[in-house]
Formats: sequence, C-alpha cells, structure tokens
Amino acid sequence: MTFSPALEAHFERFLQSCPPGRQRSALVPMLLYAQDETGSVTPELVEEISRRLALAPVEVDEVVTYYSMLRKKPMGKYHIQVCTNISCLLTGGQQLWEHACRKLGIGNKEVTPDGLFSLEEVECIGACSWAPALQVNYDFHHEVTPEALDRLIDTLRELR
Amino acid sequence: MLYNEPSPLEVKVLTRRFAPAGPASLDTYLSTDGYAAFRKALAMQPGEIIEEVKASNLRGRGGAGFPTGMKWGFVPRSSPQPKYIVANGDESEPGTCKDRLLMENDPHQLIEGMMIAGLAVDAHAGYIYVRGEFRYLIEIVDRAIDEARQRGYLGKNILGSSFDFDVHTHTGAGAYECGEESALLESLEGKRGIPRIRPPFPAVVGAFQCPTVLNNVETFCAVPAILRDGGAAFAALGTPRNGGTRLFCLSGHVNRPGVYELPMGFNLLRMIEEVGGGVRGGKKLKAVIPGGSSCPVLKADECDLAMDFDTLAKAKSMLGSGGVVVMDEDTCMVQAALRIMRFYAHESCGWCVPCREGTLWLRKLLARFHEGQGTPTDIDLIGDLARNMLGRTFCPLGDAAAMPTIAFVEKFRDEFEAHLEGRSCPHG
Repeated sequence: MTFSPALEAHFERFLQSCPPGRQRSALVPMLLYAQDETGSVTPELVEEISRRLALAPVEVDEVVTYYSMLRKKPMGKYHIQVCTNISCLLTGGQQLWEHACRKLGIGNKEVTPDGLFSLEEVECIGACSWAPALQVNYDFHHEVTPEALDRLIDTLRELR
Repeated sequence: MLYNEPSPLEVKVLTRRFAPAGPASLDTYLSTDGYAAFRKALAMQPGEIIEEVKASNLRGRGGAGFPTGMKWGFVPRSSPQPKYIVANGDESEPGTCKDRLLMENDPHQLIEGMMIAGLAVDAHAGYIYVRGEFRYLIEIVDRAIDEARQRGYLGKNILGSSFDFDVHTHTGAGAYECGEESALLESLEGKRGIPRIRPPFPAVVGAFQCPTVLNNVETFCAVPAILRDGGAAFAALGTPRNGGTRLFCLSGHVNRPGVYELPMGFNLLRMIEEVGGGVRGGKKLKAVIPGGSSCPVLKADECDLAMDFDTLAKAKSMLGSGGVVVMDEDTCMVQAALRIMRFYAHESCGWCVPCREGTLWLRKLLARFHEGQGTPTDIDLIGDLARNMLGRTFCPLGDAAAMPTIAFVEKFRDEFEAHLEGRSCPHG
C-alpha cells in the first residue's frame, strides 16, 4: 500500500516518538491517521501496518476492534457524531439526534446513499458546558439547535 | 478560544493566559513568566521540588484526588531504568470539558509542568495522551512542542543546563477506559486498553514497564504556578488539604453554563447561583452530579457544601473531575440514570465480569423501568446488582457505574416507583 507524503510524515513522527525497540507504541496513532486517509481499516491496511511494525495481523486486528473510532466500513464524507450523554441529554441532545436521523433518513452508523453523510450517536465528546454538541469529522459544533443542524447539513451538501 | 464568558468570581491561575485570540505562543508565554518556574526548578534539588509540590496540597485533578507530591515521591529516582512523564488528556468523563481548554489555550503551561516533573524524578521523555476526538488539540500541542524545541526549551541540554527532555503527543482512538491510568499505559504501548493489576503502581512499573509519573493534564498545568509562587501560596487559595483552584465545568440546566476556575472549596449552591446564573427558566433545583457521571448525585438539599475532595467524600459523593451537572425539577432521574448506565455498558472494556455483565444488566433493567415495565422488586434488584459490582474489578469503571446508580435509586426511589407497571414517565 502507498500513502500520501503527509501521512508518511505522520508515521515517521509517531515512530520517532517511541522509545528504542518500542515501535508498537505507534500502532493506534498509525491506524487512526491511516483511516483518515483510507476511509476505513481495510484488511490491506491491517496487513501493511502489521508488516511495518513487525506484528502479526491478528495483533493489529485485536487493537482495531477495541477502539470505537476505528471502523472496518467507511462512513460518509461528513461523519456527523451527535452526543446524547448526560449534559447534552439535559439540553436537547436527544431531540437533536432524532432530528438528525429524520433529516438524513438514516440511523446510527448508517450512510446516506450518495455517501455524503453518516450519523453516529456518540458518548461524551467533552463539550458539556456548551451542549448540545456534535462533531463533523473532527470539527466541534457547540450549542447546536435543530435549525442550526439543518443549516449545517445544507452548507455541507453545497460544498460536497 | 473561549467558549463562554468568564465570571468575575473566578480566580485565574491556570487560565490566566486564556484569550479569545487562541493558543498562547511561546513569546506570549515567555512574556508572562513562562518557563520561569522551570528555571527556578533547575536550581533546586529533586527532593526540594517534590516538597514544594507537597506543600501546595495539589491533588489529582483527574478524579481520584491523590496528593500529587506524594505520587511523585513514589518514583524510584535512582532506578537505572528510564523514567517517563505521562499526561492524561483522555478527558472522557461525562460532564467534563476542561483539559481541552488547557491544551487549547496554554499548551506551554502543560509542557512546563511535565518538564518540572521530569526534573523531580530524573525523566527525560514525556507523553501527552490525547483522546482521538481532540485532533485539533494534537495539532496545537504539536506546534507548541516544535516551537519549544526550536528555541531550546525542549531537547538536549535545555537552556545550557545539561538536562535533556522531550515531549510527544499520542492520540487515542475512542475509549473512555483509556482515561484509567493503567489502561492508558496499555494503549500508549499499542495495545487494547484493558487495566493492569496493581500493585505495582505506575510510579514503579508504568509506561514501557518503567517508573512513570502519570497525572491529569490539569494537575501538570498547576505545577508551574506552584514552583513560581511557592507551594504555600497555592495551598492558601483552597481549603485545608485541598490546595489551589480548579476548573469547574458547569453544565445542564443553568443560565450560564461554562468552565470556570474557582478556588477549591467554593460553595456549590453559590456556584450554581452566582457563577452559573441560577437554574434555567426560573425552575427549582432538583439535583446535581458534582464531579462527572461517576459521582453519586446530590439532592438539592445536600448541595450547600464546599467543593473540595474531603467535603464531597463526607457527603458520600466525590469531587471527581470537576464536571458539575445541574438538573432542574422537571428532570426524570430514571432517564438520567439510564443514560449514564448506557454509557458505562458501552465503555466497559469487558475484562472484568462484574463490570461487563453488571453494566449490561443494569442498563436493561433501567431501560425497562423507563419504558414503564418495571416491577417493585426491580428497584431493590438494581441496588443489589450495583452493590455487588463494588470493589470487584481491576479498575474503577465498575465502581464508577455502580456508585451513581445506587445513589439514584436510594435518593429518588419515589421516581422509580412512579414509573412502575405501565405508568408512563411523569416527566414526559
């Protein structure tokens, strides 16, 4: 597998930050950053990273299945993650989540037919004082109303 | 960036460089006493640094409240193994959103705190473990690290002192459990984040099986002020045995939710009324989760207390990670308990059976209740199940799920009874 020069530079930084003989330490960062480029953790990616870190593929796979952000199927170009945990629940996060499902016509961890959007109901994302909150990919959106979510989705749809 | 208006009642020690303009650059940091504490620590003996931190009465801001100086003192400084400094920036406790601000607005303060810990225990490398969702923070902290390296504040022979120290960020990839110290270390080593059996504690066998100082981000961020102004001055800001200020994250049904730096021991009711602007919509206060979802809920009439570790322990709750979740009179406590249990059931790593099975069973019971299908014996069953999880797991996640559940059932039994046998939730 070949990756972009930017991703290879990240890999290099991860590997250099490991103590001598501890390159396995770079595994989780390598998987997450690679997934950002490839869209999901494919068997080929597992194979490639296990080769680079001198691990058995199964040792990589058991790590992949542990972390909730690592996924084997691609999500939409804009992965909308709505928090419904306690602080968001108290301020309308549940209604926001239900609104998002209706608006996009999809459910948890599903992707719209055009591949543009996907939805995930997530646990606390650390935005409790500015709830309800969501993330689109890595970007935070605070104090989100259903109307603001509609506008956000419309804007992203125009950007494509 | 600042996400809420500051409060005039704040005492800004850790947040004093927070500004709308964004992260404090190295130049801004240097012009506001940045790295002065490190310079001072360079001239001190390691034991003196640890004594200064002990004198500050700084206690771990991640939730457990363990005295930081004592923790540092457990590291065998003379060990021939390398030693490591690890900052826990996995911030995932529901209700908590403060470490994010510290990394975003003042990354050099965190780096400096870790460097001082490095001097104290003879460590030369540090890792900042940041939850995977906080990618923008990794970018901010990496830029600060690069800046510090270029200007000789990190790397070899720092400021001509012959002390070497370097710091690296390390991303997680979605796992509450990795905020638990031993699971974090497993994750740092490239493994599934399951807890380690202790003892040995990380101070002796930590990162890469070497002696390790592992503290919360906010804990390290308090260290420069302690060295600069003296441990006694920091201690004096708080209450006995609870030194300094802390970042409280007000959320839920308040008029002015936000993160506010207040002295330890600040009265909880006053925090809600005067800092948070009172309960939203003029409603009455029903309950408060005082320190993140793991902390047993307090009823409104239990909230007239000082927010420090010892007072909260006496009230049979915890100060936790500073997440103050305010609930008004219309909040359904069954729904709150259910949502919190859904979280723990999702996040249990599955390593310990009482936690793996207990959280799932409790989630099912609470869901049944909320749907109006609960039976009278279920109320006691919830309490019994939760009590049987206590103390029976390798890490505190089992307790963190059980303790708030016990409190919800004991303190709001009437609300559970109101849901019995087909009756719909009285709060809609």
